[in-house]
Amino acid sequence: MTEHLHLLHILHELQQKHRYISEESICEVAAQLSLPVSQVRAVVAFYAFFYSTPCGHYHILFSNCTSCGYRAGGTDLIRMLSQKLSVNIGQTRKDGQLSIHETSCIGMCDHGASLLINGVPLIHLDSEKIEQITDLIEADKPLNEWPLDWFHIKDHIYKRGLLLEGDLPAGDGLRAMLARGREETLTEITQSKLRGRGGAGFSTGLKWHLCQQATGEAHYVVCNADEGEPGTFKDRMLLQQHADALLEGMTICAYVIGAYQGFIYLRGEYRYLLPHLQATLLHRRKLGLLGTAILGQTGFDFDIDIVVGAGAYICGEESALIESLEGKPGIPRSRPPFPVAHGYLGQPTVVNNVETFIAATHIVCNGSEWFTAAGTTESTGSKLLSISGDCAAPGIYEYSFGVTIQQVLEECGADNVQAVQVGGPAGTLLDQTAFHRQIAFEDVGTGGSFMIFNRERDILAIIHQFAAFFAHESCGFCTPCRVGTTLLKQGLNKIIIGQGARNDMAELQRVSELVRRYSHCGLGHTAANPILDGLQHFPQAFEQQLTQYDFTARFELDAALQEARQLTQHDDKGAHLKQEGD
Amino acid sequence: MMTAPEPNLIRIDDREIPFVHGETIMDAALAADVYIPHLCHFPGITPQGNCKLCTVEVDGKPLTACTSPAAAGQQIRNNIPELNEARKVLTQMLFIEGNHICPSCEKTGNCALQAMAYHLGMLHQHFPQQFPEREVDASHPTIMLDRIRCILCSLCVRASQEVDGKNVFAIAGRGIHASLIVNTASGKLVDSDLEPSDLAARICPVGAILIKEHGYDAPIGKRIFDQHKISEIGLEKIYIAGAKSDDS
Ligand SMILES: Cc1cc2nc3c(=O)[nH]c(=O)nc-3n(C[C@H](O)[C@H](O)[C@H](O)COP(=O)(O)O)c2cc1C
Ligand code: SF4
Ligand code: SF4
Ligand code: FES
Repeated sequence: MTEHLHLLHILHELQQKHRYISEESICEVAAQLSLPVSQVRAVVAFYAFFYSTPCGHYHILFSNCTSCGYRAGGTDLIRMLSQKLSVNIGQTRKDGQLSIHETSCIGMCDHGASLLINGVPLIHLDSEKIEQITDLIEADKPLNEWPLDWFHIKDHIYKRGLLLEGDLPAGDGLRAMLARGREETLTEITQSKLRGRGGAGFSTGLKWHLCQQATGEAHYVVCNADEGEPGTFKDRMLLQQHADALLEGMTICAYVIGAYQGFIYLRGEYRYLLPHLQATLLHRRKLGLLGTAILGQTGFDFDIDIVVGAGAYICGEESALIESLEGKPGIPRSRPPFPVAHGYLGQPTVVNNVETFIAATHIVCNGSEWFTAAGTTESTGSKLLSISGDCAAPGIYEYSFGVTIQQVLEECGADNVQAVQVGGPAGTLLDQTAFHRQIAFEDVGTGGSFMIFNRERDILAIIHQFAAFFAHESCGFCTPCRVGTTLLKQGLNKIIIGQGARNDMAELQRVSELVRRYSHCGLGHTAANPILDGLQHFPQAFEQQLTQYDFTARFELDAALQEARQLTQHDDKGAHLKQEGD
Repeated sequence: MMTAPEPNLIRIDDREIPFVHGETIMDAALAADVYIPHLCHFPGITPQGNCKLCTVEVDGKPLTACTSPAAAGQQIRNNIPELNEARKVLTQMLFIEGNHICPSCEKTGNCALQAMAYHLGMLHQHFPQQFPEREVDASHPTIMLDRIRCILCSLCVRASQEVDGKNVFAIAGRGIHASLIVNTASGKLVDSDLEPSDLAARICPVGAILIKEHGYDAPIGKRIFDQHKISEIGLEKIYIAGAKSDDS
């Protein structure tokens, strides 16, 4: 299995080998790839899975997602494990045996509380398993001697529609395309009115057309398999079960736009899928469905490399993804120019979501009318939902666009529902007065995340969790998002710890609107959505935490003296001060 | 719209402004003596659009003037209360993100961030101070780097690459932890080929990069923004020359 010689891959190897990336390694890699030291250093600092100090022999990353996070089952499992193993969260134990950190959603939301151990997902955590993990680590048992079923990731598919019902033998899509011809194929895609499944909903036919028309030295096809939006795991299932249809969709796109090279950008959390994807690529090359003279057509040459990310939600944004493909930190570019004209290496590039390519394969096989027969006028076809949170059957559900939230809730067995977060933290937070609304680009859009919260959940804590997610994932390029997401997190925290006043709600509103309006990219444009939706639909969640004042200082006089009390070892009555208003 | 838009004209607030194909809104505005507040833009250097102060409303949409191409017929709002209020908040964010102790900073009076705060009527920092820990690099014999005042505008990065033909700086790290790094094996300025005459050493809008042994060459009261408003067009030349006491 050869991995593409890519900066991210070289750094991953070093991280695996030494458990961190030293300054010497950075200089060596820079020399090896003829890159500036500063670029390698910046990449190491940007991606969450690279460390500049040694991690433990067992390196554990607990997801902090509301669905697959360490609190998903009610108990704080990260605290439990760190106490049992006597290690502080975020640190490496003195003997170097282990380190425990938090990470953003790892896409295991249909499997309860989950973690990555040395990069591999371990699912269905509970207190009992935490005990067992403690023993295995203290006994120094290698991971391959741990119970196998802990690592076995099943897909739960509860409802099949257009894409999941039919079975497409490898090569059928390509043969159908060659029978149709290049332009007819593009016409079919355009007439299907297929829109991007990654969230933004841009017309796929138009995107391919624009890229085909753009001039350049080479054209590229890129599959966005970064799936970082918390609560989304449908691409994980598609990559596992429908890799052929995906690779076929990419190959069809390559033929239409005139590309010879494609990439799958796979999120680092899904590295465990790499062997399967590599094997599928190899198999397709053997079948003549990839490589040179595909299906015997001279000049139909195309191949695909896989580049694996390293823990950065922003790399799902298409221009940040392209920067990352180029071996740089994932900083979104200024647009225009758009990737269709100026993408990978400055050349015309199509970036599409996994599900979009698979839908394209099916459309080429079955025709655009088959597709438009499902869905609504503006949102044709079907959508895969990744349903998680408080319901009886979390998993994958494929619905025709236009389905109501209420219907979805009924079918997955959710009752006593307080709120639904559609489209992940970047999407929309809905209360029950909106459950009649439809899943569709023209109503409630989603890249696939559908998280359910029942009445036992603390909505403010969830909103705070989302705010922390964005503060952690902001790339730091532009002022409003870089500083604003941190201020929003701090502002919410002030209310949660009972120090917030009326004024703090107004302040959250004001900063949220600024972050939404003035940020550089989609991350900043959506980062304040949970707060704005929360203030609008769940104001009581904020209000019940407020003090009765209009304004409270963030600075607390007595708390500020704590350090002085410790230093002087005085903690009597005289060493405490009263805050004004107490 | 009643009349077809004039070719190669944009309207900024109440003025019609000509532009040449390929110019940005910022280029056209500056050429016509129209000030759009900006911190990360510098004429002649590729714009990047990170500070967001130059955001204007183009046909109702917020866009950064420094990176957005001018196009015939654009109706642009610039000097309006909503935008200036947002610019003020962004400036406050830049202040609290680092440590800006203006009265004791060598750059006071020559600092674009400070001048911007005055220009926008910013009377206090408003937000909680973040007190980041960022390293000082005093290793270079003639140039000082105090990261605590860096506003991550990347002008030094771009000036070094595009004008000086070197590659001394970069920005590393994510989110609120972003910081300026030096492109040497040691990470120290002393090992770089940066010289005091380089644009990269002089372009810093704040007091993050300072030329050593030139403290208070110009006394307070005779510094750039004691004598000029930041809204005057073309101050860059004075800026680059450094604050000589008789620069005016
Ligand atoms: C912060 C951010 C994260 C994103 N993450 C993803 C992602 O994980 N997967 C995805 O397909 N699109 C993601 N997108 C959308 C992409 O920028 C892009 O629109 C999409 O890949 C285009 O493919 P499509 O048209 O097939 O949806 C993200 C956008 C933003 C702003
Ligand atoms: S909005 Fe956030 S993620 Fe996007 S460029 Fe700005 S700082 Fe980076
Ligand atoms: S050191 Fe100065 S010029 Fe360089 S990024 Fe920081 S503020 Fe900008
Ligand atoms: S001057 Fe345009 S974004 Fe900073």
